[in-house]
Amino acid sequence: MTTTDLGLTIRRQSATPASGTNIRRDHSTPALEISKLVDIDLCIGCKACEVACKEWNDLQVEETHLFSGYQSHPDLTPHTWDLMRFNEVELAGGALAWLIRKDSCLHCEEPGCLLACPAPGAVIQYENGIVDFNQDACIGCQYCVSGCPFDIPRFDTVTKKVYKCTLCIDRVSTGLEPACVKACPTGAIRFGTKEDMLAYGLEKVEKLKARGFSEAMLYDPVGVGGLHMMYVVPRGEILEQYGLPVDPTVTAPTSFPSLIGALRKVGATASWAGLLAAAVYFLKTGKRYPPPEEEAVAAAYEKAPHG
Amino acid sequence: MKVTRRTFIQGGVVGAAALAGLGFDLAPAQAMIKDLKISRASEVRSVCPYCAVGCSMIAYVGGQGKTQSFNTTPHLIHIEGDPDSPVNGGSLCPKGAATMQLALSSDRIEHPRYRAPGANEWTRISWDEALDRLARLMKDARDERFVATDADGNTVNRNEGFAWGGGATITNEEGYLVTKFMRALGVVGLEQQARL
Amino acid sequence: MASLAATFGRGAMTNHWVDFKNTDVFLVLGANPAENHPCGWKWAFVARDTRKARIIHIDPRFTRTSATADKWVAIRAGTDTAFFGGMIKYILDNELYHDEYVKLHTNASFIVAEGFSFSDGLFSGYDEATRKYDTASWDYERETGPTSGDEGGPTQSEGFAMRDPTLEHPRSVFQLLKQHYARYTPEVVEEVTGIPRDQFLEIAQEFGATGVPEKVGNIVYAVGLTHHTQGSQMIRAAAIVQLLLGNMGRPGGGMNAERGHANIQGNTDNAQSWDILPGYLAIPKPGTTTIDEYIDTSALTQLDPDAVNYFGTNYRKFLVSLAKAWYGDAATASNEFAFDYFPKPDKNWSWMTFYDEALAGRLHGLFNSGMSSVNIGPDSNRVIRALSNLKWLVVMDPFPTASSEFWHGDGIDPASVDTEVFFLPTTHWIEKSGAFVNSGRWTQWKHAALPAEGELKDDVYILAQLLHRLRRLYQEEGGPFPDPIMDLTWPYSNPDNPPLEEVSKEINGVDLTTGRQLATFNDAKDDGTTSIGNWLYTGSWTEEGNQMDRRGTDDPTGLGFYHNWTWSWPANRRVMYNRASADAQGRPWDPTRPGITWNGTRWVGDVPDFTPDSSPQERKGAFIMTGEGVGRLFAPGSLMGDGPIPEHYEPVESPVQNVLSPTRHVPTTILYEGVAASFAEDDSEFPYVATTYRVTEHEHFVTQYVPYLVEAMPDFFIELPRELAAEKGINDLDQVRVLSKRGQVQGVALVTKRMRPLRLGNKVVYQVGIPVHWHPTGGHGKGNTAQMVNLLTPYVGDGTTVTPEFKAFLVNVESA
Repeated sequence: MTTTDLGLTIRRQSATPASGTNIRRDHSTPALEISKLVDIDLCIGCKACEVACKEWNDLQVEETHLFSGYQSHPDLTPHTWDLMRFNEVELAGGALAWLIRKDSCLHCEEPGCLLACPAPGAVIQYENGIVDFNQDACIGCQYCVSGCPFDIPRFDTVTKKVYKCTLCIDRVSTGLEPACVKACPTGAIRFGTKEDMLAYGLEKVEKLKARGFSEAMLYDPVGVGGLHMMYVVPRGEILEQYGLPVDPTVTAPTSFPSLIGALRKVGATASWAGLLAAAVYFLKTGKRYPPPEEEAVAAAYEKAPHG
Repeated sequence: MKVTRRTFIQGGVVGAAALAGLGFDLAPAQAMIKDLKISRASEVRSVCPYCAVGCSMIAYVGGQGKTQSFNTTPHLIHIEGDPDSPVNGGSLCPKGAATMQLALSSDRIEHPRYRAPGANEWTRISWDEALDRLARLMKDARDERFVATDADGNTVNRNEGFAWGGGATITNEEGYLVTKFMRALGVVGLEQQARL
Repeated sequence: MASLAATFGRGAMTNHWVDFKNTDVFLVLGANPAENHPCGWKWAFVARDTRKARIIHIDPRFTRTSATADKWVAIRAGTDTAFFGGMIKYILDNELYHDEYVKLHTNASFIVAEGFSFSDGLFSGYDEATRKYDTASWDYERETGPTSGDEGGPTQSEGFAMRDPTLEHPRSVFQLLKQHYARYTPEVVEEVTGIPRDQFLEIAQEFGATGVPEKVGNIVYAVGLTHHTQGSQMIRAAAIVQLLLGNMGRPGGGMNAERGHANIQGNTDNAQSWDILPGYLAIPKPGTTTIDEYIDTSALTQLDPDAVNYFGTNYRKFLVSLAKAWYGDAATASNEFAFDYFPKPDKNWSWMTFYDEALAGRLHGLFNSGMSSVNIGPDSNRVIRALSNLKWLVVMDPFPTASSEFWHGDGIDPASVDTEVFFLPTTHWIEKSGAFVNSGRWTQWKHAALPAEGELKDDVYILAQLLHRLRRLYQEEGGPFPDPIMDLTWPYSNPDNPPLEEVSKEINGVDLTTGRQLATFNDAKDDGTTSIGNWLYTGSWTEEGNQMDRRGTDDPTGLGFYHNWTWSWPANRRVMYNRASADAQGRPWDPTRPGITWNGTRWVGDVPDFTPDSSPQERKGAFIMTGEGVGRLFAPGSLMGDGPIPEHYEPVESPVQNVLSPTRHVPTTILYEGVAASFAEDDSEFPYVATTYRVTEHEHFVTQYVPYLVEAMPDFFIELPRELAAEKGINDLDQVRVLSKRGQVQGVALVTKRMRPLRLGNKVVYQVGIPVHWHPTGGHGKGNTAQMVNLLTPYVGDGTTVTPEFKAFLVNVESA
């Protein structure tokens, strides 16, 4: 597999128009898209993914204390990018279900974080679907935090930057699976092409239905253009009890004036253009990359005030 | 402070966090991706020290080639599952995934220690001092509590003076040698983790 | 594992991890595999995915195994024999057993001697004064003389057990089972275990349905069954279920004991156990002075003309070869191969005896090598008193332990403790080569990844140095019987730190005539011309090299045997007793899942647990390690100290009387000096049933030193049912104290729906869960003694194995 096949050229960057860099691939061929898939049916909540993530990424140990049940941290943190969430639920009829979900960046096809980010190149989406943060370019404004429909990015008060799962891009770029996927003892976290993961997920949903999980579903919401970390959810009827929004969407940044203020501080006019481009894009098209978005961004760039 | 393998790695961890951004440069795109930290490490096949599933693991070791590097001490960079194993297929549980911290723990004791009767602290002791003293105590205990012949006149040759309680993270070979040595000393109180 | 050996001939997980993919129904009881063996448990999920397997979990707690099982039901801790007894009755009453298998591969048809009886919860031969059984009456009716057509004089049949192939004889094992378990009705099961009868019946029906050739059921258990006063009988009862259903010896079946530590299996095989020598040879008893006498008292005798009795027949070869490995030229035919050199204990010398001896001032010294007496207990306070009464204690470990630091623990004045304590820092697994044996007997070689740093030393360095010093002392001073010490073979190229590769070759064994490594234990000799450290491992390091380091991943049968991946004892076979996977003609019960198959000239498939060319017409018994040649539903003689048929007794601390008999507790448990007063008689003061366990993020005590794991599951907690917490006014995350008659702990309350009140007749019983892990010594738990769960546990053990009762005892809970 060549590097191009791994989809590691940039598709777009925050606040940067026409930011795709791919000159290696014939545009008529679709880029290879990758995805993780979390099969909740197989998840034993062991936290191997949580620990493997911290170990591989050299994330620092945080002092934790039990705050309820078996969950290690109340929430994701700048140093904990992967968290097992636990929820004890009594089902209709009295049976007990212990809902356990790996929570980490879902690598949206339409990343709210990227679209909200005013700092050029601070959020990067690769052709393969990985959404990564470049902390060198991050200005610490935290718009990505409010832009994320899944509440994933976390601001570090010491470095004044925002952090989240990179989908182990350093591993993926050499052909290795992400650390969480590699560690997972039961095959609950899978990794492959988006196409293969979709196929696995849909087949698994059928198997779950045959086992009596009549509302089993594949979680890959259209409101965010689909995910690069999908879930197979056995009890789709209580999706929210897993901590998953039923209908997540990408929304516009909440406060334009303050955003402009932030941009002025860093003097990033190009960012302003990018922001506007993004706003135009998601308000108008709602369509998927490639061409429409690039065109929209380019068009917006032309119209944006320069200087 | 003497730089031991452990402090070296701890420094490495902090350093890595501090330097995390250095590889990020907008152009060319490939350079933004952090280098794979194990790309130049040698791979050593080990087996997980925790439960008895027997997951194979790969220790990624830096500072050594086919022979040990002349100027550095081999150091552990990372441990992950060995995908060749039919048992675990590369996976590990959280314990296995964190074995590097077990190996490199700064809580490990580095020198023999001795605590005299009634003393309220440890004293550092050399291996020779410790082993000399211990051999003396073992002989005294054995000689005092050795039963050559029991009340019925049977030859029993047993040593009731000391006992051995072993763990189960030592290998077959070590365990076998413990048994061989202890039984030669006539020890009857010989147990390991199995019952516990 | 005594119970598995008593039933099948060997004491180990019968199948292996990958084999779980071949199962149809899992019955998981006394285990929490999703949490404690996650990477092995994946194969159960593979079975569910590929063959629609069902997973049934029975446990006092709803755990992460329950969360991913198809069915969970709560059971009262310590009542598993009643559950399995009910299963046996259900299987017999509804004729769910695999009839052909039962007749062919079990001792159902054997006739039990007339003197055997059972009444009021006691088997024949009980002596109340010694709390022991005389097991003479637990025997088969034996053939006494010539059989028809003989000319007089003893025939080959003399001493063989009588059989009734119709299974109708009233004293046949089959009829005795029916009789014994007639009392174990679904109603009784409910009243004892707390499992509602409809749920019990559903499970009995579902698992019972595997008693047909085309289905296979798998019983998965761990220390949830062994850590009880009646633990070995619980396992026996489960094993009987598996024999009745024909699930033994078959891919996907088995009694799968999940071992909890990396090399607990290997170190048991290599006899770090008071009662055995390497390869499960019995430690000789006082009064045996010759090898003949030893064989007479220790080796099994053949009880059926069709029995191979492999172990019994070869016992002498293995013992003599061991003597040659240890004592070399000093072991000769003329001195009974140094038989005097082997110590002969006159009593049970397991864990709890150590501390009993120390408290009595008889034991002077104790080694803690990679384990910690104080944390493990039971009754840590008692253990601490015992350690304080030692002259010396040696801790060999990479980390400080609650035992190495006991002398300055909570409430202890160091000045009052005269014990000399040594801490000898040792290398850890990553710094050493050698073999770990997994639960499924796969013996896997690992390589040292790092050199030992600083002053850390290998365990074998310490042994070698002590040996050299003791030899010098005995040479200089003399002393009682130094011969075994002086004559011990130590032929290693570095006698100061023996290379493990050389030790491994010694374990495998060598032909002393040719100097060649032995390839199979069939080549063992009893004339002193072979030297074998452990016959079970013969074949592991042959002339072809280290078989344990092989990395072949081919699996031609698709059943997951992986014969070229490392090596498995015995003889690289992957599923034990695999002859039982086939019928009398050698045809697999299920052709889609053959263990071994007779192809007309040989057995093919897995490495046969059988003579490879013994045709089915020779009718040799499938269980080659037993004297009967078959699996034992009834375990005769002294195989089990507390009964040949499993019977339910209440734990030594129980909230109820024994519904099944007036004998409330296991009658043969050892009552150590002064312990009886430390047990709660009833539930008046300590009303709740407590049970202990590990969680997936931790392993025993050492992971307290692993920051990521402390982070992943911080703090000592106590799991309480919602209903109990409400009664007590305890809120989630409140600090609570748990008290037993022996001690107390304090931790965070986790109020949960996952622990449910149980209804036993008219009584509601609450169960409380307390994980084992934290200790005051270092890392995250530092300074806090009141988090060692074994401060609570009772100082009592199993009626056969003396394994401590960690899993069912009484406590009280209060807000702290």
